[in-house]
Amino acid sequence: MTLAHAPASDARAPRLALAGITKIYPSVVANEDVDLDVAPGEIHAVLGENGAGKSTLMKIIYGVTKPNAGTIRWEGREVTIANPARARKLGIGMVFQHFSLFETLTVAENIALALDRERAGGDLATRIADVSTHYGLPLDPGRHVHSMSVGERQRVEIVRCLLQDPRLLIMDEPTSVLTPQAVARLFETLRRLCDEGCSILYISHKLDEIRALCHRATVLRAGRVTGTCDPRLESSASLARMMIGGDLPHPQQREAKTGEPRLVIDGLSLDADDPFGTTLHDIRLTVRAGEIVGIAGVSGNGQKELMAALSGERTVERAGAVRLMDADAGRLDAEERRALGLAFVPEERLGRGAVPEMTLAENALLTAHRQGLVRHGFVAQARVREYAADTIRDYRVKAGGVDAAARSLSGGNLQKFIVGREIRQHPKVLIAAQPTWGVDVGAAAQIRQALIDLSNAGVAVLVVSEELDELFEICDRLAVIAQGRLSEANDTAATDAEEVGLLMSGSFIAAGAHSEREFSPAGAIGS
Amino acid sequence: MDTLAQLVILTLAAGTPLVYAALGELVTEKAGVLNLGVEGMMLVGAVVAFMVAAKTGSPWAGVVAGTIGGAATSLVFGAIALSLMANQVATGLALSLFGVGLSAFIGLDYVSVVIDGIKAVEIPGLSTIPVVGPILFGHNPLVYLSLALFAAVQWFLYRTRAGLVLRAVGESPQSAHAIGYPVVRIRYLAVMFGGACSGLAGAYLSVALTPLWVEGMTAGRGWIALALVVFATWKPWRVLIGAYLFGGVTLASFQAQALGVAIPAQYLSMLPYAATIVVLAIISRDVVTIRLNAPASLGKPFHSGT
Repeated sequence: MTLAHAPASDARAPRLALAGITKIYPSVVANEDVDLDVAPGEIHAVLGENGAGKSTLMKIIYGVTKPNAGTIRWEGREVTIANPARARKLGIGMVFQHFSLFETLTVAENIALALDRERAGGDLATRIADVSTHYGLPLDPGRHVHSMSVGERQRVEIVRCLLQDPRLLIMDEPTSVLTPQAVARLFETLRRLCDEGCSILYISHKLDEIRALCHRATVLRAGRVTGTCDPRLESSASLARMMIGGDLPHPQQREAKTGEPRLVIDGLSLDADDPFGTTLHDIRLTVRAGEIVGIAGVSGNGQKELMAALSGERTVERAGAVRLMDADAGRLDAEERRALGLAFVPEERLGRGAVPEMTLAENALLTAHRQGLVRHGFVAQARVREYAADTIRDYRVKAGGVDAAARSLSGGNLQKFIVGREIRQHPKVLIAAQPTWGVDVGAAAQIRQALIDLSNAGVAVLVVSEELDELFEICDRLAVIAQGRLSEANDTAATDAEEVGLLMSGSFIAAGAHSEREFSPAGAIGS
Repeated sequence: MDTLAQLVILTLAAGTPLVYAALGELVTEKAGVLNLGVEGMMLVGAVVAFMVAAKTGSPWAGVVAGTIGGAATSLVFGAIALSLMANQVATGLALSLFGVGLSAFIGLDYVSVVIDGIKAVEIPGLSTIPVVGPILFGHNPLVYLSLALFAAVQWFLYRTRAGLVLRAVGESPQSAHAIGYPVVRIRYLAVMFGGACSGLAGAYLSVALTPLWVEGMTAGRGWIALALVVFATWKPWRVLIGAYLFGGVTLASFQAQALGVAIPAQYLSMLPYAATIVVLAIISRDVVTIRLNAPASLGKPFHSGT
């Protein structure tokens, strides 16, 4: 491992050089004395946990925020990047993690909006077609964005950047929404770009990807650079040590002892209640006591609808389509299903998992009121506070006490609180959607361990996640959701990422069903 | 003039204030701003137009003044809802109440004043063609202007870059800001356009349709215009249809009253409002059309943040 400030072996001037960048927010130092340089044609990784300051650094480079101290040199000249428009003029393009596309507009309109007047005019459609064929990013300029999958939307973002002829492309966690096969295609595109001399800043916390793609890596921890290295020469373990300052936590072994079926989904079909949603088709899955079953899939393939149908947020016509503890639960609402022994950790922490403005104690009461927190219709305040305080202690939640508002907690800490709140109700079935999304490595490991402990205690656990690594780590069986259909659940030990990736792209769906579209963009704008 | 031509002329005449007000509000809402102050802006436009027309003797000067008056009133909304980021619904409602009171107050001395309104222009040779002549050429100039405005709004929204930017701002102000568009400035312009159109709608009422000033003379047309925009699923051509439907039923209810149909007058005057809402609610039930055309950020304040 070469440490920071090692002189670059490349004699050319770096395309981008940051020196001493410091950004201080009122409550936190996001970046402290960060140095970073990117050579022409280099794919440079910026590696770090959530909250390590990667995104802030990228925002500074793209002109979204201004640093408190430090200098930025672009191709040898010192520059001030006051806003994104200035960054684009210099030749910096950025593909955002959360896309900045307009859903009701077409691909061409979306692209035109981001280009300046001269570039947006004339033969734009032809140029979109040229760029997309050249880089292997097929796109139909006339299509509306809302009808596109997440992967296709990312293509729009990338093509939009490429049409601005960038000399530095910033990619913020670009693979979090892609199947393994789509990741491979994206890497080919990026390699072709760098062969043509474009520099790429690649932000990620996925160590394998960085080792496969990047020429150099700068590692950030708590806002500071902890090292610069050639990731191709490092192991995942050594990169992880630089990233988190210790070894990656590994969960304890599973004791596989499964019992009776607790959650049975038997031919669940459900129409989307939203024109941009996904219709569920004949979903079948059984989760037994003591096992963890995972559902993998690219988001937007019916996960949201399935979770609504299982939690009771939406009821289904046929009561037997969802059975909990042998009771027909399809027509029961969320409260009645919880009374049967269901606990649920939703994907959205703020708004579904917790009420942002309420205190932790009040949020605990919302789902745990059956634990003796309400007596004769009155809230037993002391018990509520005790329940919340115990949850905070047992799950090591960093919060300003039980009276802290839910919105004041970081994502990881709030998630620990919600998971703890649910688990402490002694459920018979726990359903968790994206339980570690946006949570730092330490908290994620803790949450996974809690799920494993729970299943060891004989609870049936269903986990929906986009993180394949996580599912492989904790699940006994794994099913894949694609286009509103669910594959068979296979033993995790008997499958691998490649096979699951193929399933994620819908390979298990019969040819006839495949072409069915939930929604066609009728009433097109501009008609 | 035969009956058919008269029906067409009167229908368009009665629908025109809604065309102006609803097209303006449509543009405002397409930028993501919900201004419920249409009724108030129309009244201010009406009274200012009437006062200026009475003072100067030129109804056209009144129309211009009324348009400016509407736009100026909308600036009050802009300052509170866009710059101070107050709740748009509350601000809009307040603006309506403000407009009703203000117009009544400044128009006190003009209640029984008589002016020469804007009338249909006879075009020699064309207006006298049987049947077709009056139907095509017998309208008030302000009716033609409203049709031109319709064409201009349609063209602007869907054929120009500026219109695309406006729709983008209404859909996702955050994304538009990230790309580098001045969201608040664009929203101000959209609000002022809406205000100007409402003012023009009011001016049409007080100096063309019925050249006189009566307190509260818009009679809820501002509210119907708001409903029209929603039920027309933010499509200009549907606004046009809805407005003329309203005009047609208004006419029919007058006729019924004149013929002495045994329905209480209250029900008859309710009819245009009820019929317009029912018909538009039925034709706009398609959820997909609504999702595709409704500005996603409608009514939400925008903070640029840092």
